[in-house]
Amino acid sequence: MTSVDPQLAETLEPLSAPEVEAKVFVAPQWKLVWWKFRKHKMALICGVIIILIYLIALFADFLAPFDPSATNSNFLYAPPQALHLKDAQGNPGWYVYGLTSTVDPVALRREFVQDTTVDIPLKFFVKSWPYKFLGIKSDLHLFGPQDPTQSIYLLGADRLGRDLLSRMIMGTRISMSIGLVGVLLSLILGIFLGGISGYYGGALDQFIQRMIDFLRSIPSIPLWMGLAAAMPLSWSPETVYFAITIILSLIGWTSLARVVRGRFLSLREEDFVTAARLEGASNQRIIFYHMLPAFTSHIIASVTLAIPSMILSETSLSFLGLGLREPVVSWGVLLQDAQDIRSIATAPWLLIPALAVVVSVLALNFLGDGLRDAADPYAR
Amino acid sequence: MLSFIFRRILAMIPTLFLASIVAFVIIQLPPGDFATSYMANLAAMGDTVSQDTLENLREAYGLDQPVMIQYYKWITGIIFRGDYGLSFEHREPVSSLIWDRIWLTMWLSLVSVLLTWIIAFPIGIYSAVKQYSAGDYIFTLIGFIGVSVPAFLVALVLMYLQFKYLGQTTSGLFSDEYISAAWSWARVKDLLAHLWLPALILGLSGTAELIRILRANLLDELRRPYVITARAKGLPEWKAILKYPVRLALNPFVSTLGWILPGLISGSIILSQVMNLPTTGPLLLRSLQSQDMYLAGSMILVLSVATVLGTFVSDILLALLDPRIRYQ
Amino acid sequence: MENQTPLLEIKGLKTYFFLDEGIVKAVEGADITVPRKSTVGIVGESGCGKTVTAYSILQLIERPGRIESGQILWRRAPENGPEEVIDLATLKPNSRAMRQIRGGEIAMIFQEPLTSLSPVHTVGDQITEAIRLHRPVSAAEAREQAIQMLHRVGIPKPEQRIDTYPFQLSGGMRQRAMIALSLSCHPKLLIADEPTTALDVTTQAQILELMLELQNDFDMSILLITHNLGVVAETCDRVAVMYLGEVVEQADTASLFNEPKHPYTQALMRSIPILGQRNRGRLDPIKGMVPDPYNRPKGCAFHPRCTQRIAGLCDQKSPLLQTLPGSDRAVRCWLYGE
Repeated sequence: MTSVDPQLAETLEPLSAPEVEAKVFVAPQWKLVWWKFRKHKMALICGVIIILIYLIALFADFLAPFDPSATNSNFLYAPPQALHLKDAQGNPGWYVYGLTSTVDPVALRREFVQDTTVDIPLKFFVKSWPYKFLGIKSDLHLFGPQDPTQSIYLLGADRLGRDLLSRMIMGTRISMSIGLVGVLLSLILGIFLGGISGYYGGALDQFIQRMIDFLRSIPSIPLWMGLAAAMPLSWSPETVYFAITIILSLIGWTSLARVVRGRFLSLREEDFVTAARLEGASNQRIIFYHMLPAFTSHIIASVTLAIPSMILSETSLSFLGLGLREPVVSWGVLLQDAQDIRSIATAPWLLIPALAVVVSVLALNFLGDGLRDAADPYAR
Repeated sequence: MLSFIFRRILAMIPTLFLASIVAFVIIQLPPGDFATSYMANLAAMGDTVSQDTLENLREAYGLDQPVMIQYYKWITGIIFRGDYGLSFEHREPVSSLIWDRIWLTMWLSLVSVLLTWIIAFPIGIYSAVKQYSAGDYIFTLIGFIGVSVPAFLVALVLMYLQFKYLGQTTSGLFSDEYISAAWSWARVKDLLAHLWLPALILGLSGTAELIRILRANLLDELRRPYVITARAKGLPEWKAILKYPVRLALNPFVSTLGWILPGLISGSIILSQVMNLPTTGPLLLRSLQSQDMYLAGSMILVLSVATVLGTFVSDILLALLDPRIRYQ
Repeated sequence: MENQTPLLEIKGLKTYFFLDEGIVKAVEGADITVPRKSTVGIVGESGCGKTVTAYSILQLIERPGRIESGQILWRRAPENGPEEVIDLATLKPNSRAMRQIRGGEIAMIFQEPLTSLSPVHTVGDQITEAIRLHRPVSAAEAREQAIQMLHRVGIPKPEQRIDTYPFQLSGGMRQRAMIALSLSCHPKLLIADEPTTALDVTTQAQILELMLELQNDFDMSILLITHNLGVVAETCDRVAVMYLGEVVEQADTASLFNEPKHPYTQALMRSIPILGQRNRGRLDPIKGMVPDPYNRPKGCAFHPRCTQRIAGLCDQKSPLLQTLPGSDRAVRCWLYGE
């Protein structure tokens, strides 16, 4: 070899970046994430849908036209009624036709016929069933029949003649919140255990990893079923609700812990963490001040992706009758009525809550996917 | 390779032990011991049981002894005598109730895994090789929907459509004449004819996820230098892709068995309930509803063990496929 | 009588990448001649287009990149029969004709032998595959040839090593296996893309020596891509210097090192340390920065960093690669010619 060792690449490295890119270099991380996320049209749309769904959950009482637990023996399994925009006289507005029920003498089944001579007018901001929102008593609702004693079923009625639309709107509250609460619990567990595992490593890491492996290798539904079935029937709906979230997060934390651990492991080797350590920063300060901000975006993305599986799990458990129970209303509880082909054949609209599940889960998945892509704005 | 298998078997033991503890805890969760539940159950049905029988039961399962000994008696009974305890709802030994259903669950899961692979493999390769093509977008969208819609909802919708447009309702895994027939080739064929649709529905979300994983992995592998080496050798493009990057992207495929299996078994329980399949699902559900805990706990144990074994098999397959694991 | 026509002639090659952000002109006029049985080096800093040039020869450029224009003339001389000239630039990337040339007539080795070999196939599998692609031999014969080849590149116990996986070999052994793979079909040209960069210094020397030895044995030419001027000085007969996708100077190695013509080459020579010359003090790095690939400077690509630029000329008109009268060297610079 001659005496030549030109590190050309190094001597010739660019000294500074072009002016145009300067904006990118000084932008804070959240801004970069937002710029990248903005490019995902689908995720953006789904984000809006999710916000809408949570607004529905928040204002559920105001939005539900009828008391979700009010039964009506005249309208068992009443089919959905279509809206029309003119009454018989041609007056504009929005109306549904009345329903008359007859009992088929042979099959002994109630049959419904639309009575096109009767127009039931609807309007915005009607006063109907009373509720309490943030401690304020009210009976104002977004819409409903002008005459609050009238019954209309835009999405049909269930086996007790309850309005499916109102029940679905109320169910949004439980179904969407159980995802959030469950994920929150999982997150606390996941960050705590995953963080310890990734930051300290060694035997502790090994132990936690084996725990995770084990929990993931058990089929979750049988486990949940076993735990849920062991809940005493005497428990109040609130207790059951929290017990279910705890049961669900029992396995949910594992995937979040993996994400946290993975990030910790890679960040631990980063120069800025070494620099902080050399400056004598405490472990606590390194973790919370230096490392956590570096992967909050990843955590947000993982959380968004964890919520849908929580929602699905709750739906599955309640569907089987092992999760939440009446009088609590969640989408899973509503789907209990659609357990077998016989009830679906008589009242296919009972499957509509499934649509709510699918839409929210799909939207959350798209949103989470977009967030995950945007989470690392420095990657190309 | 042998030492690899040996190490994996050793690693499996604590997992199996933990699984048995979980099952045992579930058995123990409801208030009251088994004998009193048994008696209460019989009394509810207007039956009585002699004090002697009760004492015998207590002794056989060590119910009057500390929990540790109860666990010991329970687990050794299972390991050495295949005695899973009694089902008080059916008044039969658990082992006589569950095996048929467990086999069917395994069949369903196995066929489902195979279908998942068969479908995901070509689609995953297509999506990666033709990244950003129209087909890729369509499959990605379908994949998202597949992940988001639980199997039992798909089953409900399909059953409704079948009822509405074909006027028939099918359920179960056998035609009437084979329901209680002995196992024969004809019965197996009948089973497979009924099995593919539930298996397909069950595999839906796994398939979607697998396509996503295969696509992502293959995209990574396609950028590796060894692909260029293969092309520079003069290999035709399809062969360069199939022999090298696809082969490497296959690893997650095989290891899916490990994580797909718990999901499949979970899914099969709900799906079986909806489609009325004679697998563990409906039996487990009923036993849990009636707190028939030996039956429920045993099924949870066997399903967990089956999952662990499935993971073990997938690890072995993975090692066969990837020398880097085999020789580590 | 020796055949005097060059084995490979690249003329005015342009290879572009069409990205969302714009067009990257990775190669913007490469003219390189590779004579028979000689070693030609392409030097330049990372990103100057030397690897893209090499990949263009074998049509290994992937979407969104493609060869935009230019000729890659490959002169194939069968044992008995007239010489054929094929323009590789016009062949379809995966056509049968191209595939026959790949590996059979022109082979390639890469920088990182570990990642360039498949980790899940044995060394033998990957070599015999190449042999059987280009020659009508049985599996057993191919294996025999592969063992011989491994032996030839200096791998001890080739009968055993043939069944090992790349990750079980050391870095130097892997690169030897890679060379065995590429030379297994006795190609006429070996393109070596930074073949020693990933290796330690002693192994580097051994691998280079091996390549030169095999070049003699197999009567082949080598196109050596490197950023290491030391390697060039030691191994190459001719050198092409690239800057921003253009060949700015081409000459025989001795002349280039003794009397660099292009200001960029001169700057390169000044930026390298020379053993025993302590009095020079500081090294002299090239001033300025490599321009953004999306916005090539107008005129001569090097003029913003050039100390000898002629205002009004270098920043307006792009010079052409001109052969200097009375020599076989060529320079792309306004200081010489016109």
